[in-house]
Amino acid sequence: MTGIIENRDAFLSKIAQQLGHTPKTELTRPTWQYQPQDRVLKGATKDELVKVLVEQCKNIQTEIVITNTANLPVDLQKVVENYGGQSVITWKDERFQSYDLSSLMTEQWPRESIQLYEWDSEQPEENIRQAEKANIGITISEITLAESGTAVLFSEKDKGRSVSFLPEKSIILIPKSTIVPRMTQAARFISEKVRNGEQIASCINFITGPSNSADIEMILIVGVHGPIKATYIVIEDQ
Amino acid sequence: MSMKTSGEDFKHRLAKELENTFMRGAVSSAQERFQTRRLKQADELGHWEEWRLHGEEIRKHVLANLDYYLYQLSENVSKRGGHVYFAQTAKEATDYIQSIAKKKNATKIVKSKSMVTEEINLNAALEQLGCEVIETDLGEYILQVDDHEPPSHIVVPALHKNKEQIRDVFKEKHGYENTEKPEELALYVREKLRNEYLTADIGITGCNFAIAESGSITLVTNEGNADLVTALPKTQITVMGMERIVPSFEEMEVLVSLLTRSAVGQKLTSYITTLTGIKDEGDTDGPEEFHLVIVDNGRSDILGSEFQPILQCIRCAACVNVCPVYRHIGGHTYGSIYSGPVGIVLSPLLGGYNDFKELPYASTLCGACTDACPVKIPLHQLILRHRQVIVENEGKAPISEKLLMKAFGLGASSPTLYKMATKMASPAMSPFTKDHKISNGPGPLKAWTEARDFPAPNKDSFRDWFKHREKGGEE
Repeated sequence: MTGIIENRDAFLSKIAQQLGHTPKTELTRPTWQYQPQDRVLKGATKDELVKVLVEQCKNIQTEIVITNTANLPVDLQKVVENYGGQSVITWKDERFQSYDLSSLMTEQWPRESIQLYEWDSEQPEENIRQAEKANIGITISEITLAESGTAVLFSEKDKGRSVSFLPEKSIILIPKSTIVPRMTQAARFISEKVRNGEQIASCINFITGPSNSADIEMILIVGVHGPIKATYIVIEDQ
Repeated sequence: MSMKTSGEDFKHRLAKELENTFMRGAVSSAQERFQTRRLKQADELGHWEEWRLHGEEIRKHVLANLDYYLYQLSENVSKRGGHVYFAQTAKEATDYIQSIAKKKNATKIVKSKSMVTEEINLNAALEQLGCEVIETDLGEYILQVDDHEPPSHIVVPALHKNKEQIRDVFKEKHGYENTEKPEELALYVREKLRNEYLTADIGITGCNFAIAESGSITLVTNEGNADLVTALPKTQITVMGMERIVPSFEEMEVLVSLLTRSAVGQKLTSYITTLTGIKDEGDTDGPEEFHLVIVDNGRSDILGSEFQPILQCIRCAACVNVCPVYRHIGGHTYGSIYSGPVGIVLSPLLGGYNDFKELPYASTLCGACTDACPVKIPLHQLILRHRQVIVENEGKAPISEKLLMKAFGLGASSPTLYKMATKMASPAMSPFTKDHKISNGPGPLKAWTEARDFPAPNKDSFRDWFKHREKGGEE
């Protein structure tokens, strides 16, 4: 379904007139004189980028755990316990199985009375109800920005937006292979998709630590509308 | 709230704000923190000047081709199922948004922070229909609860209030019973607003940057409120000033990098979100209906004029945070939702000289704003140009600069220095002028220009301007 566009011609004509040309509907992409963004962390190895990420987490009130696929279930469990367990919501994402988290999530957690809810595209209202009451939300970063300590999430039908916003605590799994120097590389990756005519996710989140505000006397308050606490778990996957 | 935030005249506002000692303390300490953080981030990033030049070239290119980029944006929003409404005036915008609220039988609307919705007085238009409109940005929420007090800063709207005052507002209006600790105040708002997000019919946002190539909008927050505003209600309305647009994700990234560093001294804020059209098929959160309202409201008249560079603005408030006059008079004295140097330039252009003719005199023309601007808007030169236009129109300056300087607390030497500096006609300055700035001035200018460039008086009408100023400059 395409949307309706109203009042466009007159509006754009006025702009073109002010600029002294006729309205344009074609333009070649500009070439820029300056490109400072490519210099940041240029040539850094993945290990160096992990170090940058670890350092940056100190600035963004975010815990970071470095692990490998073998130790992931144990390390994830530690974080969940530390956050008080209770209830967890996750995307419906086969990567959880490929990381061998199935037995932790579907056997160990029920034994410990930790409730697990998996996002279900057939149950719109239940998804929000569960996300709202869950103590912990677990998501997976698609691209991770070392410089700023940012996880990039792409929404889709099995990966609801609310999983990273509504629960009080957020755990984001970060496959080491997803780490890039900065937002530049993520923006280029998405731009290429757009230029190839691929459909990009309706919601792309660049998340940098927990929700916060300095609106009261410039004092940092962590946890305003979104999560109050956040942990990144970096997984050596290559 | 519209552009204009006060019925009192400039002198009364000034007199009142100069009495407000908490505000003045809060503003100066905030300015220091903002500046330290911004400079630290610029330093860590490296090649800051090159970043500014890149930001500037992007913004200039977009403005020069604005019709094209808005065309491309609207096509791509429509392809992803969103509706696009082009509104020439504030009224066209509010009428359209009212019509959606009526169609949806909306009773509750949640909003994330947006200057343009303030500018078009959207909340009042929706309240007229009987809708409850709830601001979700913590600072804006505080002001809303306090009988819609105007914002005093573009980025930190409640900067002028201390925590005890905020506690008292919540206590008086809502029966809040906890302490003035910021964490407790925030927790109270968190709990209060959670249910509002879940039960609202419509979510309304502003737009930091629209992305033409993909038909996306970008929202930049630390609280994550814009994400809840757009993920939970079934209808989303985004209102954008028509110039807030970039060609692609690649340029968005550059401007966001400049914005978050310049605004709050962060590499990125906690939540940067790009939203494209309506939710995808099978998605269970995100809007079923999306309307993008693109607002002109006087902006196109600025295009093609000598004030066009002000449309490069990305609303970071770095200019506000370095301004020595803002430091002394605070945001409310400006009488506009846009305060500080950007407000001085923008308010008369969007709201008319009649209401804002004193604003261009609320400046020492020191140029700190121009140096801080991440997209290189020549702010102090535009302020000077406003003065010239005002004097050309009125035959005199509307307010005494000398008195203002004194009121700004800038001491006796500054006005003298300033006066001597402005008395020098442009030909006398030409040997020292480079790129319209005096970088190595003689005599009394020397002390000043050692630290910074002084703006070169405009060649064309300086004499006229000066003559009028002599007549009307003193009271």
